[in-house]
Amino acid sequence: MSETILATENLTKEFAGFVAVANVNLRVERGTIHALIGPNGAGKTTCFNLLTKFLQPTQGRIVFKGRDITALAPADVAQLGIVRSFQISAVFPHLTVLENVRIALQRRRGASFDFWRSKRVLDQFNERALKLVADVGLSDVVHVAAVELPYGRKRALEIATTLALDPEMLLLDEPTAGMGHEDVARIAALIKSVSANRTILMVEHNLSVVENLCQRITVLTRGRVLTEGDYQTVSNNPEVREAYMGTGHA
Amino acid sequence: MAVTSAPIAAAGRQGQSWSHVIAFVVMVGFFAIAPLFIYPLFLMKALCFALFACAFNLLLGYVGLLSFGHALYFGWASYLSAYAAKAWGFPPEFAILTGAATAAVLGLIAGSIAIRRQGIYFAMITLALAQMMYFFAVQAPFTGGEDGIQSVPRGWLFGLFDLRDQMTMYIAVLTIFLACFLLIYRIINSPFGEVLKAIRENEQRAISLGYKTDRYKLMAFVLSATFAGVAGATKAIVFQLASLTDVDWPMSGEVVLMALVGGLGTVFGPVAGAFIVVAMQNYLAQVGQWVLVIQGIIFVLCVLLFRRGVVGELAHYLRIRL
Repeated sequence: MSETILATENLTKEFAGFVAVANVNLRVERGTIHALIGPNGAGKTTCFNLLTKFLQPTQGRIVFKGRDITALAPADVAQLGIVRSFQISAVFPHLTVLENVRIALQRRRGASFDFWRSKRVLDQFNERALKLVADVGLSDVVHVAAVELPYGRKRALEIATTLALDPEMLLLDEPTAGMGHEDVARIAALIKSVSANRTILMVEHNLSVVENLCQRITVLTRGRVLTEGDYQTVSNNPEVREAYMGTGHA
Repeated sequence: MAVTSAPIAAAGRQGQSWSHVIAFVVMVGFFAIAPLFIYPLFLMKALCFALFACAFNLLLGYVGLLSFGHALYFGWASYLSAYAAKAWGFPPEFAILTGAATAAVLGLIAGSIAIRRQGIYFAMITLALAQMMYFFAVQAPFTGGEDGIQSVPRGWLFGLFDLRDQMTMYIAVLTIFLACFLLIYRIINSPFGEVLKAIRENEQRAISLGYKTDRYKLMAFVLSATFAGVAGATKAIVFQLASLTDVDWPMSGEVVLMALVGGLGTVFGPVAGAFIVVAMQNYLAQVGQWVLVIQGIIFVLCVLLFRRGVVGELAHYLRIRL
């Protein structure tokens, strides 16, 4: 149970003198849902960008399944099985819902450089794509362009696209941000159901979602790890309350 | 990239490829009867530019990359094609292939350098490289400098068809155009094309799904350069001439105008755009420099009022894909 799937050693990122992430030692255990929380500007998203190699760390190492991935390119990290979502909903706006999911499924063919072949070869993925679309409750808009969907449904589509890669590890950046109440419940249930045989690291502001889903929580403030533990431990920590609420005497 | 994806919203949904089939039949029908009432040399010129615009549109309309140096591939392919036909005595088919191969190699070199940058920097690098090669064309002895390469023999296609005959030449050009047009259509509608569209829509997301987007962009760049090369090489054989005009930067601007007037990211737009621009230059030639002013006004009107271009607006109005 306590096998580490993803770990960082002294992960540090400086932007022109400003230290966004400082000496973060993160340890995510296989099969858990791990939350990264903290006030705005704490370095959560920067952490995500470092882990998925969208940013190059100034110092430190990232180890995934015992392998040092610090020097890899973002596409390589994705191919190893760490797939991320984005804070702003990342869909392909002028592709349909089905096409969005299919782009991810298409990755299984390996590299798609076969420009001489008809895209009908992709129809083999339709069944699986429709299933994924149904799982996030988008069956009624399969052929609608993603740009026309309301915000919450775009996020749902993004999650379906991410799941299409069947990644070993999911990095979700605020999956429920900006969603209506019912959407939050639906997405939380979805995250729970897909966590069955994979590991999830998520940034989340909705603490009730964190409480219900996450076994382990790491709190970041000003680029540093403040504390780590389960929800009870973390929520009773006075330092966390201060960092979060700005009220040490609450 | 946001600049290009807005007009592309015109593209409809799935299951409407019949509109492409009908439009294609109409287009082929037009080209079949056009030489009866339009001067064939004008048609051949327009077809060469239509192919050039389609090649350019592959890059801007479907990958979202604005190259401002496509004259490099068009012009240098025409030089090599003309030189091969004249100096080496290549038959026209091999002369054109020589030009296309030249464009592919140049596309590979320029593309490898340019795709490392985004947006305006990408455009500037493509322009800079094209200008370097323009000055090389001015200086190099075999290009003939200001004179260009003149009186290039049209020769016998496959040793069977005498291209000195205007109609035979027209059929050959039309065949080359249609073959390349269909191939570009296939590229757009291939698994590779799907990834290109994803990159155009959201490159970061495509990377996060595990696509090495630089490789896809480079591949698209080389394909686009190659088709631009076929267009330039064919034009050199048709007009029996390769000159500095085709390798100079206004040619790079003209192809942008053609794609924009016709409709970016549409299949038939660049063809219509090329015909409109070439027709304007031909039939308004008597007004002299005013052609440029009229072109400028059309460019401004397109950007301000008809961002989808002629074909794009038509497709939007009819609610189909073209």
